[in-house]
Amino acid sequence: MSGPLLALAGIGKAYGGGRRWWPPGQRAAATRVVADVDLDIRAGDAVGLVGESGSGKTTLARIAAGLLPPTEGRLHWCGQALHRLSPAERAAYRRGVQYVFQNPQTALNPRRRLAAILDDTLRGLTTLDRDGRRARLREMAAQCGVDRALLGRFAHQLSGGQAQRVAIVRALLGAPRLVILDEPVSALDVSLQAQILALLADLRRRHGLAYLFISHDLAVVERLCETIAVMREGRIIEQGARGDVLGQPQHDYTRRLLAAVPRMAPVG
Amino acid sequence: MSMAVTGSPASAAGLLRLRRHPGALAGLGLLALVLLPALAAPLLPLPDPTLTAPAGRMQPALSAGHLLGTDHLGRDLLSRLLWGARASIAVGALATLIAALVGGLLGLAAAWLGRLLDGVVMRGVDVLMAFPYLLLALAIVAALGPGLGNAMLAIAVANVPFFARAMRGAALDIRHQDYIAAARLAGHGEPAILAREVLPNLAPTLLLLMTTTLGWMVLETAGLSFLGLGAQPPAADLGSMLGEGREFLTTYPRVAVLPGLLILLLVVGINLLGDGLRDLLDPRWSPPRPAAPAQVSPSRAADSRAPQTHEHDPTPPLLTVRDLGVDVSGPEGPLPAVAGVDFHLRPGERVALVGESGCGKTLTALALLRLLPAGVSQRGDVRLRGRTLMGLSAAVLRDLRGRRIAYVPQEPLTALDPLFRVGAQLREARRAHGEEAAYTTQALVRMVGLEQVPGLLRRFPHELSGGQRQRVAIALALAHGPDLLIADEATTALDVTVQREILQLLRRLCDEQGRALLFVSHDLALVAALCERVLVMYAGRIVEDAPLSALLRRPAHPYTAALLGATPELGRPDKALAVLTGEPPAPGAQLTGCRFAHRCPRVQRVCRGDEPALTDHGDGRRVRCLFPLEDPA
Repeated sequence: MSGPLLALAGIGKAYGGGRRWWPPGQRAAATRVVADVDLDIRAGDAVGLVGESGSGKTTLARIAAGLLPPTEGRLHWCGQALHRLSPAERAAYRRGVQYVFQNPQTALNPRRRLAAILDDTLRGLTTLDRDGRRARLREMAAQCGVDRALLGRFAHQLSGGQAQRVAIVRALLGAPRLVILDEPVSALDVSLQAQILALLADLRRRHGLAYLFISHDLAVVERLCETIAVMREGRIIEQGARGDVLGQPQHDYTRRLLAAVPRMAPVG
Repeated sequence: MSMAVTGSPASAAGLLRLRRHPGALAGLGLLALVLLPALAAPLLPLPDPTLTAPAGRMQPALSAGHLLGTDHLGRDLLSRLLWGARASIAVGALATLIAALVGGLLGLAAAWLGRLLDGVVMRGVDVLMAFPYLLLALAIVAALGPGLGNAMLAIAVANVPFFARAMRGAALDIRHQDYIAAARLAGHGEPAILAREVLPNLAPTLLLLMTTTLGWMVLETAGLSFLGLGAQPPAADLGSMLGEGREFLTTYPRVAVLPGLLILLLVVGINLLGDGLRDLLDPRWSPPRPAAPAQVSPSRAADSRAPQTHEHDPTPPLLTVRDLGVDVSGPEGPLPAVAGVDFHLRPGERVALVGESGCGKTLTALALLRLLPAGVSQRGDVRLRGRTLMGLSAAVLRDLRGRRIAYVPQEPLTALDPLFRVGAQLREARRAHGEEAAYTTQALVRMVGLEQVPGLLRRFPHELSGGQRQRVAIALALAHGPDLLIADEATTALDVTVQREILQLLRRLCDEQGRALLFVSHDLALVAALCERVLVMYAGRIVEDAPLSALLRRPAHPYTAALLGATPELGRPDKALAVLTGEPPAPGAQLTGCRFAHRCPRVQRVCRGDEPALTDHGDGRRVRCLFPLEDPA
């Protein structure tokens, strides 16, 4: 397949701006958090999305995952506009895009055991029977380095690194083609961050996954992604191949962002 | 109620933990004291509670056939109390169930379906809540006529808004949780999400509301009956008994006091049990441990030895820390979270305290200020310009903090008071020590580079950006010109571009004014832009102390090397990241030998023997390792 797996065309999201009931006919002021975003994610491609907090990265990611309806623009899955998909294609999109949240502790229901959460995910995304689900869970847990003894626990009984691994297991259970990673290592210490980054690179190779990787950390994005998009105030101000964006940044903001990254060298 | 308990996945474990919750046990006991006899009333050999015997009125307690005596119509008091309690409890429980069911459904629907329904339901609730609630109940009873059933209905209706509102709030909160989004991504429909994700998280809130309301409703039923609108003679509930007994309060207090006492027991018991259930249904709850107040005990070796290096240092140290230890309370007594921390800071020196979360760096920083929370104790000695801070009175310490040592917190939004303008907070900081501050407000604003912000002093913290807020927090810390600034992850919450500005500001403030800085951070790359010397902490110990450039060029401790190797660097995407396996040990983990041994790539058998000491490694470096990495050259 040559076209992009997921294409975002003219995506915008505004809050407010509805018609007011009084005075009649007037519109409330709208807040645009994402505007005019065009972004293609090809199969197997890793796209990094960087920008400061409040720049609209997470909103855009949630739109791409279908968790939030955009107020403008269209999503295309395998070349088809989302609203034109047949129910079967829609289910494929549903299965095909998964999400890893920044804070794994809030992304796992605190009152359910991890095994139950993961089994539910399998039931929702696959037609496997009980044994099939168990086998699939065992396989993915092994690939993600999750000790199966942990699955009988609750999320709060896990460390941050373990919980994020479980969240990655959950995202991969349905054999997705695109995984959206929303600051998946920002809450982790550097030694655990290195573990998770290695895991993500390995899983991508093994399953041919595409990533939309959101981070404020340019060095992390540079490691994992071939394409980088820089977001500011809801717009993508620069996107391109990793070497171009980081090597010859066109936009002044990208240059400032690059200059601000702390270097591992003594100053002065 | 019982359905909600068994419906929760944590119920079995929760009920097992009941024994460890004294409040819930006490509540259960009180409730059983009233409930069991009331439930057993039909089986007990009690006289008919409505049987009057004018000849035997106001019999004293323990008279023949009447254990608690009789009332003004000669009816058996014990029998009336038990049957009355049955009526009160039944009415209260039924009213609670109805209110919870109707209110809960309304609230859930409003939160989940949103928009128009939310508006309509919540405005209706607002209207109902605008009436004093007893008035509402009175109006309903007035319309339906007095009687226990109508009173119950009135109380239920009057409480529906309360449930609707609380459940809407709780459901809205859950609705925005990431795990709901995750369930949607797993392809589940709304009914499945409501049943599996929302209700288990909502049930404890509802249960708690129901138990607290149950007590309240028993009271309200009693209130209506007391006013003569509830139970009608000759039947009685506790409230109407109280009402009848009121006339004889001075002559025969027993008749009114006993039902009153019963109501008290019932309500207190229900509330205690409710609080307990909320805890027990939460899998995150663990029994509270007795918290000792923050303590300080002098070090065994307080004055016996100086830190090993810097002995021939020309400048006297500003801050000397010797054998500092911090114990946090664990389930089986205190756990050493920090131990044997030795270092000192010279005037004007910028030193970083680096380590991963949980390694004890924040505890160490707080211990320097003697600001540890209750339940955490510290050992060892901290000296500021040769004067020990241990054993100083709270008043003297307060005077030192802010004046000689100041603290810059991680999250300025929570460190600044949201209700006061920036100007007022700066003024307060300048006045804090009852003497003239080192700088004027204007000078402080200039020092932190905020003089260009229009109307800064009139603004509230929320009207500033994150970087501006952190600058204000720094200005507050500088007000009295302290000799030492302790900054705990002071730039972690900020964006990279802002982060850099704050680092530059801190650096300039220390350089120009000869101020020492202890910068606590998890990020070695940040530290590289600011500090001259680095203390690396791991599992509560300082494992390496070295000048920054030497540390970056050739780390001596394998942990430092791993930290450096695991940090991604911009412009080096192909740098192979050193991946440490495993996770740091928990505080108080039973480890012999080196605390890093189980993750160390260079571990030898001898490493698991005695814990290595922090020893001199030449060039002003110290390292806690038996096999430090050698110079690659």
